[in-house]
Amino acid sequence: MRLPPLALLALAALALLLAAPWVIYPAFLMKALCFALFAAAFNLLLGYAGLLSFGHAAFFGGAAYVTAHAAKVWGWPPELAILGGTLAAALLGLAMGALAIRRQGIYFAMTTLALAQMLFFLFLQAPFTGGEDGIQGVPQGRLLGLIDLGQPTSAYYAVLAIAALGHLALYRIIHSPFGQVLKAVRDNEARARSLGYEVDRYKLTAFVLSATLAGLAGGTKALVFQIATLADVQWQMSGEVVLMTLLGGIGTVAGPAVGAFLSVGLESALATSGLPVAAVIGAVFIACVLVFRRGLVGEIGARLKIRI
Amino acid sequence: MSVQVLSGQLLLGLINGAFYALLSLGLAVIFGVLGIINFAHGAFYMVGAFAAWGLATYLDVGYWPALVLVPLAMGLLGMGVERLMLKRLAGLDPLYGLLATFGLALVLEGTFRQVYGSSGQPYPVPEALQGGVNLGFMFLPLYRGWVVAASIVVCLATWLAIERTALGARLRAVTERPDVAQALGLNVPLLVTVTFGVAVALAAFAGVMAAPVYQANPLMGSNLIIVVFAVVVIGGMGSLSGAILSGYGLGLAEGMTKVFYPPAANIVVFVIMAVVLMVRPAGLFGRAS
Repeated sequence: MRLPPLALLALAALALLLAAPWVIYPAFLMKALCFALFAAAFNLLLGYAGLLSFGHAAFFGGAAYVTAHAAKVWGWPPELAILGGTLAAALLGLAMGALAIRRQGIYFAMTTLALAQMLFFLFLQAPFTGGEDGIQGVPQGRLLGLIDLGQPTSAYYAVLAIAALGHLALYRIIHSPFGQVLKAVRDNEARARSLGYEVDRYKLTAFVLSATLAGLAGGTKALVFQIATLADVQWQMSGEVVLMTLLGGIGTVAGPAVGAFLSVGLESALATSGLPVAAVIGAVFIACVLVFRRGLVGEIGARLKIRI
Repeated sequence: MSVQVLSGQLLLGLINGAFYALLSLGLAVIFGVLGIINFAHGAFYMVGAFAAWGLATYLDVGYWPALVLVPLAMGLLGMGVERLMLKRLAGLDPLYGLLATFGLALVLEGTFRQVYGSSGQPYPVPEALQGGVNLGFMFLPLYRGWVVAASIVVCLATWLAIERTALGARLRAVTERPDVAQALGLNVPLLVTVTFGVAVALAAFAGVMAAPVYQANPLMGSNLIIVVFAVVVIGGMGSLSGAILSGYGLGLAEGMTKVFYPPAANIVVFVIMAVVLMVRPAGLFGRAS
C-alpha cells in the first residue's frame, strides 16, 4: 500500500516529536504544540471557509481562563478543567459567530476583532480573572488520574497527544463532505447558496468548530504552564495566530503547525536579542503578505505539486 | 446628578467622538478608493502625536507649526506606503491589505515601545488655549473646546471637498468605477496615492490634537483603532457623512455611559455594534449588499 504524502509527513513529524524532548527543552515544545493546535483550528476558518477572524484570542484566552479557574478554584481534575474550557470556547464561538457571520469579508474581520476586544475588557474587569495579574499557580494535577502534568516529559507527551488528536479531528473535518461544502462556500458563496446549501449554517458550524479547538489549545496551555493572563485574550494574540497560519501556508493541512513552530522559535530567539519583538514580527508579516503569500508549506506543496 | 458632571462627561465623550470621527472618516475614504481596511491608521495617529512631541522636545517647534507640518510629513509617508506596499496588493483579496497594514502597525508600535516604553510623553497645551471659560452650567477648558471645533471643521471640509468639488467628483468616479475613470483620462493611480496620503494626514492631524489631551503614548493607536473598527461596522463605510456622524454619536454614547454606568464605558461601543449587527446587519448608514 502506498501512503499519501501527507500521511508520510504526519508519521515523520510524529516520530520526530516523540524523540524531540531528548534534544529540545520540553517547555518550548509544549508552547509550540499548543500554538500549532490553535493555528490549525484558526486555519479551518480562514483556509477552508475563507473567513478571516481577527478575534480568535477570545477562544484561546477565554478557555485558558475558564480552565485555570476550574482547576484552581473549583478543584476540577485536569481533563474536566480542559473540557470545561473547551466547552466555554464553543459557546463563546456560537455567540460571536452568530453575530459575525452577518457581515462579510473585511467587515467580518473587524467585527470579530471588536467582539474579542469587548471580551478582553470584560476579562480585565471581571472579579475572577485577577485583573492585570491573571490567574497564576494553576494546579497541574494528574491527567485522567494517571499522567503527572507537573513532570515536564509526561506533560509534554500529554500535550502531544492532545495536539495530535486535535489535528486528526481537523483533518477529518476538512476532508469530510462538510469540509467540501465549506470549500465551495469559500470559493463561490453565491453558487453554493444556489445549489441549496444553507451557507450561514455551514459558516457558523465551522466557526464553532474552530473556536472549540482553539479553546482546547488554550485550556491545555493554561494547565501545563499554570497561568492564564490578559495576554492570552489580547488582540496581539489574535494577530499572532494569523501570522503563524500565513507563515506556514493558509489552507494547507500542515502549514499552521509549521508556522507555529517557526513563530515560537523566532520569538524565543528574539527574546534574548534585545530587538523589539513586535516590530520584527510585524516586518515578517509584511514580508509574508508581499512576497510569500503561499507560506512555507504552501510553497513547497505548489513546487512539488502535492497536497500537504 | 449635577448638570456639571453630565456636561463634563458629554464633553469628554464629544472629544473621543472627534477622534473616532476623524479616524473613521479616513478609513472610509481609504476603503472607498483602495477597497482595503487600513489597520495602521491608529499607528499613524500615534506617530502623529509622537512627531508633535518630538518637534517640541528636540527642535523646539511649537503646537501650531506642528499642526501643519506633521500632517504634511505623514501624508508624504502615507503616499510612500501606498506606492511601496499597498499598490503591490491591488487586485488581491482585500484581506491581504488588512494583514499588511496590521504588520505595519506592529512595526510602528513595536519600535516606539522599544524606544519610549509604554508610558506616555507629556505634551503641554499650547499657550493660547490654556485655561477655560465658565459657560454658566459648566467650565469649558479652552483646549477641549478647540479640539471639538477643529475636528468638526476638518471633517466638514473633507466631506465638502469630496462631495462638492470637481476634484472630489473625480475621486468619487474612481471609487465607483476605476476602469471607466481611467478610460476617461483620469490619472487613477495618482488619485489613489494622494487620497491615501490625505487620509493618513487626517490621522496624523488627529494625533497632534490628541497629544495635549492624552499625551503621546505608543499604545494610543491600537487602543483607538479597534474602537474605530466597531464604529465603522456600526456606521458602514458606504457614506462619509455616516462615518462622521457615527464617530461623534458613539463618542457621546460612551460619555453618557460613563455618567450612568461607568464599568460599561469601555465596552458600550462594542455592545452597540452587537445590537446593530442583530437589528440592521448592513450598518446604520450602509446599503444592504
